[in-house]
Amino acid sequence: MKPAAKPAEFAPWLDPNETPLIRFDGVTKRFGDFTAIDDIDLKIYRKEFYALLGPSGCGKTTLMRMLAGFETPTEGTITIGGQDMKGIPPNRREVNMMFQSYALFPHLSVWDNIAFGLKRSKMSKEEIPERVKEMLRLTRLEKFAKRKPHQISGGQRQRVALARSLAKAPKLLLLDEPLGALDAKLRQQTQFELMDIQEKTGTTFVIVTHDQEEAMTVASRVAVMDNGKVIQVDTPARIYETPNSVYVADFIGDVNLITGNATLKDEGLAALSWAEGQPEIIGTAGEGLTAGNATFVIRPEKVAISAERPEGMNNVVQGRIHDIAYLGNISTYHVALPDGTLMKAQAANNRRLSRRSFTWEDEVWLSWTDTAGLVLAG
Amino acid sequence: MRRFSWFNATALTAGFAFLYIPMIILVIYSFNSSRLVTVWAGFSTHWYGELFRDQAFLDAAWVTLRVAFVSSSIATILGTMAAYVLVRGGKFMGRTLFSGMIYAPLVMPEVITGLSLLLLFISIGLDRGIVTIILAHTTFSMCYVSVVVSSRLVSFDRSVEEAALDLGCTPWDAFKSVTLPLIAPAVIAGWLLAFTLSLDDLVIASFTAGPSATTLPIKIFSSVRLGVSPEINALSTILILIVTIGVISASLVSKRRIVQQQRDEQMAEQAQQ
Amino acid sequence: MNLARRTLIGIPYLWLLLLFLVPFGIIFKISLSDYAVSIPPYTPTLDLSEGWQGIRDFFAALDWENYVFLTEDDLYWRAYLSSLKIALISTFLTLLVGYPIAYGMAKAAPEWRPMLMMLVILPFWTSFLIRVYAWIGILSTEGYLNQLLLWIGIISDPLQIMNTPTAVYIGIVYTYLPFMILPIYATLERMDDSLLEAAEDLGCSRLSAFWIITLPLSRSGIIAGSFLVFIPALGEFVIPSLLGGSSTLMIGKVLWEEFFSNRDWPVASAVAIILLLILVIPIILFQKNQEKNQEADA
Repeated sequence: MKPAAKPAEFAPWLDPNETPLIRFDGVTKRFGDFTAIDDIDLKIYRKEFYALLGPSGCGKTTLMRMLAGFETPTEGTITIGGQDMKGIPPNRREVNMMFQSYALFPHLSVWDNIAFGLKRSKMSKEEIPERVKEMLRLTRLEKFAKRKPHQISGGQRQRVALARSLAKAPKLLLLDEPLGALDAKLRQQTQFELMDIQEKTGTTFVIVTHDQEEAMTVASRVAVMDNGKVIQVDTPARIYETPNSVYVADFIGDVNLITGNATLKDEGLAALSWAEGQPEIIGTAGEGLTAGNATFVIRPEKVAISAERPEGMNNVVQGRIHDIAYLGNISTYHVALPDGTLMKAQAANNRRLSRRSFTWEDEVWLSWTDTAGLVLAG
Repeated sequence: MRRFSWFNATALTAGFAFLYIPMIILVIYSFNSSRLVTVWAGFSTHWYGELFRDQAFLDAAWVTLRVAFVSSSIATILGTMAAYVLVRGGKFMGRTLFSGMIYAPLVMPEVITGLSLLLLFISIGLDRGIVTIILAHTTFSMCYVSVVVSSRLVSFDRSVEEAALDLGCTPWDAFKSVTLPLIAPAVIAGWLLAFTLSLDDLVIASFTAGPSATTLPIKIFSSVRLGVSPEINALSTILILIVTIGVISASLVSKRRIVQQQRDEQMAEQAQQ
Repeated sequence: MNLARRTLIGIPYLWLLLLFLVPFGIIFKISLSDYAVSIPPYTPTLDLSEGWQGIRDFFAALDWENYVFLTEDDLYWRAYLSSLKIALISTFLTLLVGYPIAYGMAKAAPEWRPMLMMLVILPFWTSFLIRVYAWIGILSTEGYLNQLLLWIGIISDPLQIMNTPTAVYIGIVYTYLPFMILPIYATLERMDDSLLEAAEDLGCSRLSAFWIITLPLSRSGIIAGSFLVFIPALGEFVIPSLLGGSSTLMIGKVLWEEFFSNRDWPVASAVAIILLLILVIPIILFQKNQEKNQEADA
């Protein structure tokens, strides 16, 4: 889990003078009784790599299909480049889409698939072969130009789909689960290729994915969605470090959740009483936190594990090691607290196996700093 | 483990013998020189000559071919439209009625379809002849075409069409350059089915044909009613031969396509390396 | 775009309305009319020149008389019953003949199956009329079957099969056999062979494994095949009129004769309407079965 490798200065969403490329204003989409998209406002800027992340059925694909023009909003307006998209059919939008199934034309060769959109654009006949060649080079498909889609491998098909949707140099490229059909290894490699191509072409990318790791890797900003609503929009690092809700914290990465009763403290901190006979947990107060029911969230890698009671810390609990998951570079310890709660702590395995100090049923101490975790409402 | 036992072998042999012996006998006896059809009196192609000299048969065959060609062509267009509407058309007023009208003719007894169409033609004062047979045949065979084409439409991914729209096609352009090439095998199969159904049809043609137009099945039926006739044996043999050649070549083509597919899959695997 | 869509829906829709639905309205209307010696041979005819009065007279003259007539003359209900009986028996016979063939095909080596499929489909593309006709030569008194049996010496006098219900059964089984084989084959082919191995592993004999595993699993194919034979067999005309002679009574033939020989259009129409009503039940059952299969597939 690492934040996107973007130059630090690329943050148009922070610049009040920047006009967004895409705006959603109060967009709602209903299918019969079912509300797929519930009153969404969004701003997406030029050259962004914007990820829509959420579980299946959260409305992310519907959102994307509205951008492409396959669905029309029930309420609200969508503007692209300042133009209201209402009533504009897919074929007259400067938006191209890469489909989850790739949707390659099975009866056309790779070359003809890529040229398909160009032949239907204003591009002159002489320029088309040049552009197709460029796209083939970009996606390293030169050797396969004459093949039909079923004569190439899955990874190559994925690249044909990408080349085809990029060929018309759209203002906006939509990618619907573009890597879903690839195996894990190829997927990682392709993620970096995608970022590379996005940077080279300078196109705005909107990607739909249910894979949080993928969203975190490729995106400049991530919109976490649930039940037709956008829960949080932010950079991958901020989504991970400062989730605005328990839902986001739980959805992204591994997390410990402890519910209790919060009281607000000075310096943006909050205290959570969570079990009888246990000291209060201190953490950073989340946005809009009020006294009352709250949840403490902390990433396992921020929880330290030690055999001796650490000195000078506010957050210290004792527990017994219940389970150890050895992951190679790190190990995750599942520690049972006195009240039965299981808490995960991660430690890097920077020593050899034989020197590892903890084993099952060991009594250990877990500790974390005052600002390591968040106390969130709910 | 395959359980291919003597039982299966017997079932298949007996079953196919039952299916084919009557037709084989028909073919063999079409070369009988005797007019007494059931008594073998030596090899002869005499009855084929007779058949081709019989002007009434030739006329009927010509009428039948024209009817079959025109009705199956119109039925293919209408049936493809209907299939597209049913599979891709989304919701519209009277959709249930529409799909009901597509499926009903498939199970309707021919006597009822024939009778109802005849009564229609009479009540609107349309003279019965080739035109009325074509209208009747188009109506029931478009439903068969529609079923064949819609099963193909259902089987392929809708996003292929959306991709075409996304890349700048108008809906008509997308249909022409993507959908049609993909459903072409089904459209051709539908046309062949409609053509064959029209060639075969006796009952509906009998109702809707006037005295001016006699189709081959009507002619066959009226001569067969009087018993077995050597000319009909010859004619049957010709028809069986045409169908056999057609079906065998179609299955050879599809077999070659399967072999090609396997070769392509190997190619795709190699491409990955 | 909207105009294009309307045209696309409108043309086939209009065609079917005019050439499928309207004709049924006309049949129904004529079934309520009276027989008349005129052209067309029924009254009343709608006379629009009389305006409203004409329309009112027209509707006043319609009645259920022909349906009453159908119940009074036992020819008709005997014909319906006999059609039902013949269709039921021949459906059952087709199943008995077709199931082993479908089973044998499904158990054959995979490389043989396309060939076997082709052999089943080929007769389906061959003219129906010719396939029925082929049996006249076989079944007639001096036909090939009698010649063979006399030659072998099993019988001393030729059998009378032609122009009996037996000939009709043979004709229906023969012509509709592919409709029975194909759906059953489709379900059997999909069946996992390891189910049978599991059953045997758990102590079933081969025969009981067939009864408690294979047969229930091919049920939907059996049902589909049976309806595909039963529904058209019920209204069959060609087979009873070529092979059945005067001794077999089937409703399709009655309708034909009522229309062409007696020229009694109102009664023929009433016969058609009743046949349609009888068919509605099996058609709905068939649709239900198909929908269930599709759901199971999905």
